[in-house]
Amino acid sequence: MKKSVFLGALTMAGLAAGAAMAQDSSTLAAVQERGALKCGVNPGTPGFAAPDANGKYIGFDVDLCRAVAAAVLGDAEKVEYTPLTSAVRFTALASGEVDMLARNTTWTFSRDVDLKNTFVGVNYYDGQGFMVPKALGVSSAKELAGATVCIETGTTTELNLADYFRVNNMDYEPVPVESFTEAQTQFLAGACDVYTTDASALAASRASFETPEAYVVLPEIISKEPLGPLVRHGDDNWGDIVRWTLNAMITAEEFGVTSANAPELVKGTENPEINRLLGVEGELGAMLGLDNAWAYNVITQVGNYGESFEKNIGENTPVGLARGLNALWTEGGLIYSPPFR
Amino acid sequence: MTTLTDIPQSQGFRLSQLIYDTRYRSITIQVIVFIAFMLVGWILVRNVTINLANLGKEIDFTFLRNPSNYDIQQTLIEYDSTSSNFRAAMVGLLNTLLVAFLGCILATLVGVTAGVLRLSKNWLVAKIMTVYVETFRNIPVVIWIIATMAVLSETLPQPSAFRGETPSASMWLWDTVAVTNRGTYIPMPVWGAGSVFVIVTFLLSLLAIWSFGKWAQRRFEATGQILPTAWIKLAIFIAPTLLVYMALGAPITFDSPALKGFNFQGGIQLSNSMIALWLALSIYTGAFIAEIVRAGILAVSKGQTEAAFALGLRPSRTMNLVILPQALRVIIPPLISQFLNLTKNSSLALAVGYQDLRATLGGTTMNNTGRELECMLLMMLIYLIVSLIISSGMNVYNKSMKLKER
Repeated sequence: MKKSVFLGALTMAGLAAGAAMAQDSSTLAAVQERGALKCGVNPGTPGFAAPDANGKYIGFDVDLCRAVAAAVLGDAEKVEYTPLTSAVRFTALASGEVDMLARNTTWTFSRDVDLKNTFVGVNYYDGQGFMVPKALGVSSAKELAGATVCIETGTTTELNLADYFRVNNMDYEPVPVESFTEAQTQFLAGACDVYTTDASALAASRASFETPEAYVVLPEIISKEPLGPLVRHGDDNWGDIVRWTLNAMITAEEFGVTSANAPELVKGTENPEINRLLGVEGELGAMLGLDNAWAYNVITQVGNYGESFEKNIGENTPVGLARGLNALWTEGGLIYSPPFR
Repeated sequence: MTTLTDIPQSQGFRLSQLIYDTRYRSITIQVIVFIAFMLVGWILVRNVTINLANLGKEIDFTFLRNPSNYDIQQTLIEYDSTSSNFRAAMVGLLNTLLVAFLGCILATLVGVTAGVLRLSKNWLVAKIMTVYVETFRNIPVVIWIIATMAVLSETLPQPSAFRGETPSASMWLWDTVAVTNRGTYIPMPVWGAGSVFVIVTFLLSLLAIWSFGKWAQRRFEATGQILPTAWIKLAIFIAPTLLVYMALGAPITFDSPALKGFNFQGGIQLSNSMIALWLALSIYTGAFIAEIVRAGILAVSKGQTEAAFALGLRPSRTMNLVILPQALRVIIPPLISQFLNLTKNSSLALAVGYQDLRATLGGTTMNNTGRELECMLLMMLIYLIVSLIISSGMNVYNKSMKLKER
């Protein structure tokens, strides 16, 4: 018997070793050699990451994957998407199964420090909300004592929920579900009274319901959920590339560089920051180990931050989110990029 | 004295003997394989240690002491989100054991019934059982689990359907049981003063049933007379407990579930995820057990049945007294592995959100703490121990059923 325990342990160790071996050299070199970026995305949150009618992933988070592919490989289409549930995403990233995560993941201390991830920025400032059927007649989250709540396991929302109900001295019954789609199914079937997750995802999911007007998102936002892309610890250059790809999109919006006018602006402008961004002046691309036209590729193929926002989750889309906190800092929001210098 | 000189002189040991001498060859091979095996093992372990060190993740179990920060739907022991990760794992383990225990019982009942009926001479019954066995064992169990859950949550009424002047759904069994798409709510016993006497009486009547069975058996062996034991046992089971219960003025009352606020409150809630998992695992494993039972019965030679008939035993007695006791010897060993399978398959619970060991220790805890290797190793160890305990327990039973050679 002892022997079989030993053998089991060995097999386990072997598997772990195999996974760990996959992440030796630089991620940039690996991506360039492969000719494709492996990006971990949400299996289905309309507006952020969901397959369209042709099975092609589209969305706000997906655009970030496309932007990194455009910066590194010069082609936004060279992305292999890996749909990941919230419970497996960090393991997939740590084991090298994906090069980066752009999967509405909340930046927290323990995820950054203890789980050995590097969060490279915030692409959406979110907060946790509650959605209930209108028929329930609830107008505030404080009236939810005794409710049954659908909650995705392995998310920060699961922890916030436990804290919120404990602090407010209310009982609730958690109904743990594996994925976003499963949560919707259970919620629509009435297996839970309340569905809680990030407010943006609530809006997205409400938009996909047959009768959105029968459901209401409660006013309380019970947590801070800064969502952003992340990479593994230990490859700072790769982290820089993803970080500055996001910053390039934000800076482009700030300086009015869009996918439409970039081909014009790349011929040279009066503004030195635009010139540096588009690779007309300086060697910013080379410093990252990329082509000097990296940010130009991002902006022409994917668009700037505002374009991506409006196209996927803006007020004219079914998801219909206002910019709110996610407006540029110049317009009273929190979206801010360090200078390109 | 002279005989000694006949023994050939020892020529000493040469290295080539290790390969060419059959006395040593097998030992040589075993030693080489063993060394190679240890070497591979050492490389793997070393690789893991180095890679984990590079990631800055040394093996560390202290996370088990930290607060878990999440809630669990079904807790058999005291637990809230301030309890430790270790306690969360224990809650998960108990949930695993609960569903495995209930599953093994139901699977055995289903399996034995289906197995015996499949051999029935009634064409329709036999065919229905064949269809059951072939459908259930040839579709992956996780699909059955999800399908059962979907049926439960889509077809059963919501708690709100019980509300209002003319509710569209009503409770069962004199308004004591509520079946909803969130779970089934059953009455919870409330132990009043004097209820201990009722319980003691109940336990005593169980003892009485057992000794009556022994006595009836001895009487049967001595005189050949058969008593209607089933009815007498049923009477002993019910009558004394009921009398004491009445005499003491109904000390045990039942707290029935009632609709309050969002949900039914009071009573015991059996969540749909548990019911779905339980039913799906039992019916799936039952299909395998049915085949094992059928094989066991067919393994008993036909001559045994014929001999029993020749002695004038009726078919039911032939089955109970002659066939099944012999078939059990064939049935039990594969039955053990079906019980083990069911227990291990219960780790698919996460598919329907039942928080078992895999969903707590290997799910939320692992995800929140990022201790993949530690959680996986612990989980493997726990499942191994549970399986070994089940297996050794069943082996004891197997020994007692073995052919007693006199």
